[in-house]
Amino acid sequence: MANPMKIRAKADGDVVEVKVLMSHIMETGQRKNQAGEPIPAHFIQMVSVTCKGRTVLSAQWGPAVSANPFLSFKFNGGHKGDKVKVTWVDNKGDSRSDEIVIA
Amino acid sequence: MPIIHRWLAAVAAGAGLALAVSAAGQDKAMEEIQKYRQMLQDGNPAELMEMNGETLWTMPRGANGATLEQCDLGLGPGKLDGAYAQLPRFFADTGKVQDAESRLVTCMTALQGLSLEEATRNWHRPGSDIEALVTLVATRSKGAKIDVPARHPHEAEMVAVGQEVFFRRSGPLDFSCATCHSQDDKRIRLQDLPNLTTVQGAQASMSQWPAYRVSQSAVWTMERRLIDCMRQMRFPDADYLSEAVIALQMYMQKNASGATLEAPGIKR
Repeated sequence: MANPMKIRAKADGDVVEVKVLMSHIMETGQRKNQAGEPIPAHFIQMVSVTCKGRTVLSAQWGPAVSANPFLSFKFNGGHKGDKVKVTWVDNKGDSRSDEIVIA
Repeated sequence: MPIIHRWLAAVAAGAGLALAVSAAGQDKAMEEIQKYRQMLQDGNPAELMEMNGETLWTMPRGANGATLEQCDLGLGPGKLDGAYAQLPRFFADTGKVQDAESRLVTCMTALQGLSLEEATRNWHRPGSDIEALVTLVATRSKGAKIDVPARHPHEAEMVAVGQEVFFRRSGPLDFSCATCHSQDDKRIRLQDLPNLTTVQGAQASMSQWPAYRVSQSAVWTMERRLIDCMRQMRFPDADYLSEAVIALQMYMQKNASGATLEAPGIKR
């Protein structure tokens, strides 16, 4: 499995703010190596965040997203103690899931 | 007012406005860059390297199969908190003034039994062990005051050597560090140049290193940055962990003492 993500989730009443730092090279496919050959594209394509079985965020990413992406968002309906699960899948089929308890 | 005069007055006013906008345009650019930097503070990818550093710190490695948990960074074996803010310093066991990087390498070789090559492998590339460990050590000093009084005779000597190196002009461009870093309010394109000869300049600068360089997708350690400065001056390559590089850090950290360490920073 790929490198772990760093997730923080904080509840303020009904609103939960989630911040995720993902470890990924996010290679665009446009760069060339020393020999002049294009370095193959390798980037996260899908991100999905669930809370208690409900999808709270779903994203389609492309090569425009920087390396080691940082995602910050808020959603309604989560509470302290609930679990938030973040999953990403990249264009090579590699994926990573990490969970955290809302503080 | 006759029409032609009104027209001239309007053009003059417009030109005046245009001039004001272009001068303000540069400051506006700096403002926007500051805003961008503020936004980046949250979610600094250096936290990922810190996590890797934590893994390496507790991993048994090398011929001795030991972890780094007994590594002495100046405050006693295993004491991480606040240690980075007091480096470089003199170490009795090696008889040398050492910075964070050379001290970590001492621990990796002496405690763990890793070879010098293994310990310093890929020091200049993203994803190295040294990058992860320095990020860990620096993060554990976040919020501490930089405290490098240089009281020990070897430390004072290194400050003097560092100052000498800082001001010495050399290389094909006849540059010294002072060429770019000894005046206030200078910049190269949109990169501000800190005046490292003053307490203020040194404090503002040294409190931000090591830093995640967005353009490199990597945390750069202080040695990495200094050795790259030398490359930019077209100096011959300085050896990693050499005394010259440690001496430069000693000079700058002494000037920077009193500043609150905000590392790991995040930069262009």
